[in-house]
Amino acid sequence: MISKEYRTISQIAGPLVFVEKTEPVGYGELAAVSLPDGSVKRGQVLDTSHDFVVIQVFEGTAGIEKSSGVRFLGETMKMPVSQDMLGRILSGSGEPLDGGPPIVPEERLDIVGSAINPWARDEPKEFIQTGISAIDGMNTLVRGQKLPIFSGSGLPHNDIALQIARQAKVRGKEEEFAVVFAAMGITNEEAQYFMADFERTGALKRAVVFMNLADDPAIERIITPRLALTTAEYLAFELNMHVLVILTDITNYCEALRQIGAAREEVPGRRGYPGYMYTDLATLYERAGRIKGKKGSITQIPILSMPGDDITHPIADLTGYITEGQIVAARDLHRAGIYPPINVGASLSRLMNAGIGPGLTREDHKAVSDQCYAAYAEGRDLRGLVAIVGKDSLSERDKKFLEFADLFERRFVRQGREEDRDIETTLEIAWELLATLPESQLTRIDRKYIEKYHPAHRKSE
Amino acid sequence: MAKVGEIYRVAGPVVTATGISPRMYDVALVGEERLMGEVIKIYGDKTVIQVYEDTSGLRPGEKVFDTGQPLLAELGPGLLGSVYDGVQRPLPVLMNAMGNFIKRGVTAPGLDRKKRWNFSPAVKKGDVVKAGAIIGNVKEGHMDHRIMVPPDVSGTVDWIKEGQFTVEEPICSISGKEVTMMQKWPVRTARPIVRKTMPDVPLVTGQRILDTLFPLSKGGTGAIPGGFGTGKTVTQQQLAKWSDADVVVYIGCGERGNEMTEVLVTFPKLEDPKTGKPLMERTVLIANTSNMPVAAREASVYTGMTIAEYYRDMGYDVSLMADSTSRWAEAMREISSRLEEMPGEEGFPAYLAARLSDFYERAGRVETLSGFNGSVTVVGAVSPPGGDLSEPVTQNTLRIVRVFWALDSKLRERRHFPAINWLTSYSLYTSNLDGWFRKYVAEDFPELRAWAMEILQREAELQEIVQLVGSDALPEEQKLTLEIARMIREIFLQQNAYHPVDTYTPLKRQYVFMKTIKRFSELARRAVESDVPVETITELPVRIRLTKSKFEPNIDEELEAINKEMESQFEGLGGRA
Repeated sequence: MISKEYRTISQIAGPLVFVEKTEPVGYGELAAVSLPDGSVKRGQVLDTSHDFVVIQVFEGTAGIEKSSGVRFLGETMKMPVSQDMLGRILSGSGEPLDGGPPIVPEERLDIVGSAINPWARDEPKEFIQTGISAIDGMNTLVRGQKLPIFSGSGLPHNDIALQIARQAKVRGKEEEFAVVFAAMGITNEEAQYFMADFERTGALKRAVVFMNLADDPAIERIITPRLALTTAEYLAFELNMHVLVILTDITNYCEALRQIGAAREEVPGRRGYPGYMYTDLATLYERAGRIKGKKGSITQIPILSMPGDDITHPIADLTGYITEGQIVAARDLHRAGIYPPINVGASLSRLMNAGIGPGLTREDHKAVSDQCYAAYAEGRDLRGLVAIVGKDSLSERDKKFLEFADLFERRFVRQGREEDRDIETTLEIAWELLATLPESQLTRIDRKYIEKYHPAHRKSE
Repeated sequence: MAKVGEIYRVAGPVVTATGISPRMYDVALVGEERLMGEVIKIYGDKTVIQVYEDTSGLRPGEKVFDTGQPLLAELGPGLLGSVYDGVQRPLPVLMNAMGNFIKRGVTAPGLDRKKRWNFSPAVKKGDVVKAGAIIGNVKEGHMDHRIMVPPDVSGTVDWIKEGQFTVEEPICSISGKEVTMMQKWPVRTARPIVRKTMPDVPLVTGQRILDTLFPLSKGGTGAIPGGFGTGKTVTQQQLAKWSDADVVVYIGCGERGNEMTEVLVTFPKLEDPKTGKPLMERTVLIANTSNMPVAAREASVYTGMTIAEYYRDMGYDVSLMADSTSRWAEAMREISSRLEEMPGEEGFPAYLAARLSDFYERAGRVETLSGFNGSVTVVGAVSPPGGDLSEPVTQNTLRIVRVFWALDSKLRERRHFPAINWLTSYSLYTSNLDGWFRKYVAEDFPELRAWAMEILQREAELQEIVQLVGSDALPEEQKLTLEIARMIREIFLQQNAYHPVDTYTPLKRQYVFMKTIKRFSELARRAVESDVPVETITELPVRIRLTKSKFEPNIDEELEAINKEMESQFEGLGGRA
């Protein structure tokens, strides 16, 4: 069907184009705007009525004039998907960037996706070993979880994400993760850093990469993560693969969302971001999980840089309310030369309890991590006190805790970028550090675990 | 009055139609797929409809049907154990109809039309029955589901049947009107009652900090505000699991899909501590996750409340958990902004406070039309942006509710769970409930609570000094206060929701726990007076034994033994001093 071309643009504002006097156009339908130079820009209908239609143009409105032609394509945005996408590098709107042939679709899927029926979801409980102690030991990731990295400019969140992508595995199973990587508004350099690592480690073979770089149109960032997640759903739930999705940087995505909101003259919510940002982010993050009867799974690691390292900023805040925890990168640890600079106290994995324990990791895992948390928190508090009254006025007990906090950061949290610790090693280090505390202070650990795992007890055997 | 009109405009979940003249809040079916929606604004010849399903592809010119009825909940046997979306469509039925993902245009009745229930009448021909009166019984799981006369019917029983019926078959006729086991009720309207009564019975939750320090009454209202990760959901789920209500309605309003899965996986495995039956048999779940349509999220709290009121009317104690009311408020904000309404604070509509108070006022302990006492207790989670409690949803909620359980991210960071701050939380029900506590738990229960609160308060004051001079500079007597406060925090207030023994503590045992700590404190104070250093007391074996006692399977015997051992160990100390 050749659709009718309209030349009735009445207004162009930011990324929006208003078209008058059209035939009925469907909400969410795709539109194509032809420019005088023959190029075509794509967009999507945001508002439709008998009087006018509002189109949000993905590639930006530069060059569009009132006499430009607009055609409506009669369908919502679809993503061609196939198994051959693995190993491909695509643009933020899904066009090949690697010089390879176009994707021959096995299916064309709606990019908005539908909500998984909560009844159809399966419980995420398979422990993913990332080889990073601060995550495995204290904030365990499980298959089907969405666990963002809250970071700030200048912090090595990319290294952490790459290390996870490289080392992530489910123990006792040979299946590898397929990686879907969506870059939104990151710099060319950052992108090259990711690509170089993917190529070096051979991860690219089992990866699909979507690249929207800093100089690509901001509006395109609205669709990039949706293309990526549609691909991930296809790989996970049609091709039975375990998919790890890395989305970076969510902050750029939200900026694009705000830009559209402002152009539509919407009533803004906090800090100028749209009031529906929670719902909008949820339609991305909730596309993670497992489905009953399906072998595959989607695990998401969104990365967001918190403006001013402010965890109460709307982007971090709303994300934290949707995701199942967060890994928080801390500037003070980074300055102290600790990699990965993960603030264990502020981090959290909500699904940890489902993924650890006997048969999954080890029986003492929960108790050990609780004890480390409590002792580390106490040690950190004491640092504040020492700054005022000096170390000498601490009791012997308090000195031990102070020391524990230092050891915890230097020996447990800190590790090499290529260091892949299995969970036993992680717990071993934790026990060695806990052994520096008086045994009577290990109140969160059952007697039987202390007898079995405490270094002092094992040596006496 | 025209019943069919057409779409004029589509903008997200908001559809404008022309050619129909419905009433406010009538349900309309939109487009060829007949997507369900609700009328939320009428101006000129235009009708604004919020649609409960995804509107992609809808075009101007498609048909709109006015049903002439408001959004109704179906009430009758079969509600318990169900899992619904925000507009009472059963999720398992939706899954059968459209697969793993929620597509649209599928209608599914809230109650199973085919299932037959065994009805036994409680009245006979010729009896005069009023609206709300009980006319018979159905066994729903282990519960007696009392069939009531619908609120708009009364008169003389013409006939009444006994036997197996579906919810649509008439079982009785009252003054010429046939009555079925199923009633329909508009969700936005409170169901009628005779009067509200004083809430003077506690809702026992088995959570030590809640029951002992900040108790909630049956029919009361409470709010749990807290930033993300502070444990709102875990606290709500603990309440849903362990509170001594007859029926629990749990609304997952705009929250995580995986969390609903956790509820769906764990609840059927858990036993109701009162009856020993699976918890699911007394639970109704409403799951409208954050990525499901926002308008249905707005409706979900009303659907849940109506179901809660229905069981209350049978004379049951119902508790309703809404997680999270902030997501509900945000749904209101989203719809309001699409309507281009003038916003109030932070973009929320100006009617936010009115909607919240309407909702919480549907809670209460009441005398029902059937003459029973029933109650609906409401606990709402609030998710303040950035953990900032001065935001509009928290503030408007706090003006209404009478129990405030403040979650604290500082406590969360040191894994003190439940992370409820004992200094900022409060309960306005304590004076109403103390009579009950004295009678059914212990005469000195209120005094024990006051003692614990005083120690905790003094600890907070002393901590300020410690921050300046270090704890070594304090006199022994004050060091002891810090130590006792630590015991209250670590032994009593911290409670592990995932530990089989610790997850639920009966009231009596809560009392023994606190009493034991108080006894320890008395003995320790005496020892300190005769110059025993606090550090020696801290290292007493019985102190360590007490700390770990809450994880012991035979905990009650253990506590008894500890009380004996305590006396002798302190006596041993006294000798040395």
